[in-house]
Amino acid sequence: MASGMNFPHAELTPNAEQATDHGAAELAQRSVRVRASDVSVFYGAKQALFDVSVDIPDRAVTAFIGPSGCGKSTFLRCINRMNDTIEGARVGGKIELDGEDIYDPSLDVVELRARVGMVFQKPNPFPKSIFENVAYGPRIHGLIRTKAEAEEVVVSSLRKAGLFNEVKDRLHEPGTGLSGGQQQRLCIARAIAVGPEVILMDEPCSALDPIATAIIEELIDELRENYTIIIVTHSMQQAARVSQKTAFFHLGNLVEEGPTDKIFTNPEDKRTQDYITGRFG
Amino acid sequence: MSDPHIVSSFDEELKYLMRRVSEMGGIAERMVGDSVAALVASDAGSAQRIIAEDIILDDAERDINERAIVVIAKRQPMAHDLREVMGAIRIAADLERVGDMGKNIAKRVVAVQGSAQPKQLVRGLEHLSELALTQLKEVLDAYSTRSAVAANQVRQRDDEIDAMYTSLFRELLTYMMEDPRNISACTHLLFCAKNIERIGDHATNIAETIYYMATGDRLLGERPRGDKTATVMASGH
Ligand SMILES: Nc1ncnc2c1ncn2[C@@H]1O[C@H](COP(=O)(O)OP(=O)(O)OP(=O)(O)O)[C@@H](O)[C@H]1O
Ligand SMILES: [Mg+2]
Repeated sequence: MASGMNFPHAELTPNAEQATDHGAAELAQRSVRVRASDVSVFYGAKQALFDVSVDIPDRAVTAFIGPSGCGKSTFLRCINRMNDTIEGARVGGKIELDGEDIYDPSLDVVELRARVGMVFQKPNPFPKSIFENVAYGPRIHGLIRTKAEAEEVVVSSLRKAGLFNEVKDRLHEPGTGLSGGQQQRLCIARAIAVGPEVILMDEPCSALDPIATAIIEELIDELRENYTIIIVTHSMQQAARVSQKTAFFHLGNLVEEGPTDKIFTNPEDKRTQDYITGRFG
Repeated sequence: MSDPHIVSSFDEELKYLMRRVSEMGGIAERMVGDSVAALVASDAGSAQRIIAEDIILDDAERDINERAIVVIAKRQPMAHDLREVMGAIRIAADLERVGDMGKNIAKRVVAVQGSAQPKQLVRGLEHLSELALTQLKEVLDAYSTRSAVAANQVRQRDDEIDAMYTSLFRELLTYMMEDPRNISACTHLLFCAKNIERIGDHATNIAETIYYMATGDRLLGERPRGDKTATVMASGH
């Protein structure tokens, strides 16, 4: 049987060197867009997250993986302060966006959520037209005033989300009339429309078929040129395909993080190995 | 040993690959040992049997490749599971080549039959094959224990075979120059020696694969290179 043992390299002769870089150098060059330091989350008396510290690299895709209930969504929600809206939730530690403490009392949470957009598991367009779905955010954030400005933002956001060509003749039809994959891209367009720096995606493809999933993955790969993306996914293959960095959570702890290629070919921690290879922990 | 997979048939598939690779190793080892023995004893009957056996290794390699591809497609293995599957494919390819080397030696048994083979050359060839067989045996042991340490030791020892081969090469060359009637038989022995030396190289490849399977890292650095025959001149005179 495959052995999960790691052989101490010290035992080996000097010409046995650690050779594989797995893109670590490339990742190290990127600046840090989001930095979490000792983040803990409580729901009432129950602690869901324990002292999580991690750097999220700029303009790259970071994947959060781990078994159900390990705290991935909880951590994701810390990054745009969505946990503030949950009764009884308490967040400790520090999260910085571009070096700025996002839990600073003087910070405008509405503005934060424009900078840190979110896409959910189930596509959730508003019961409005495709056009209005995209124009709504920029309008309430005061980013657009005229009809022409609205049109410009809607078209460019739909283009960036890879949806424009499919919907350009029916912009004023309801967003809910689109297919699941199209609805998810509409939600991505909606997030993009307010000009975020970071886009959080919580299992964005779990309700989609393989083709719609592939289209979203291709889109994520394009978006990382301009945005910092964090994606929670239950698909190891998806994490391996779309991300450059992967963080593995287990029972509320961040167990291991590193270049995606390393995590999926040669993880350090036995819990990571067991999880990604489908073994009993 | 790691914990079993949640999907137990995945474990069965990996075990199957491992068993097949080990089987191939046993057959390849035997073919090489038997072919050198047949050469020494001029046993044409045994040589024929070895030649016929080669197809078993060809079939086994094909089977391992096909099964490995199905495992990759079906299970999308990760981490050491993935290295396990890739390792099986690579090691099977090396073992198939080792079998070819044995077959090639067996084919030469008839060709050198009857011609005078100086004792010391034959003994040199036997000794070379003992070294290669030890390497092969130890690398197969390293495979069954997934020992990176043992694999690295095998790799470190390859230069012994190379050095021995170089000296044998020199002797054969000298012998041919002494009496042109030896040339035909010696050329065959030379090819046999080259085949055995290459078995050592395959053992080294396998060692590197095992190291990667066990650690996920590659062995770096030039491996010891001792085949200096490119510059060898006949000794003596
Ligand atoms: N609103 C809440 N109130 C109380 N407990 C919660 C709440 N949300 C999450 N939890 C608890 O916090 C822990 C982490 O949950 P979380 O939803 O972050 O996990 P997850 O990793 O996203 O899981 P999944 O993969 O199933 O989405 C769980 O034990 C969960 O029951
Ligand atoms: Mg979740």
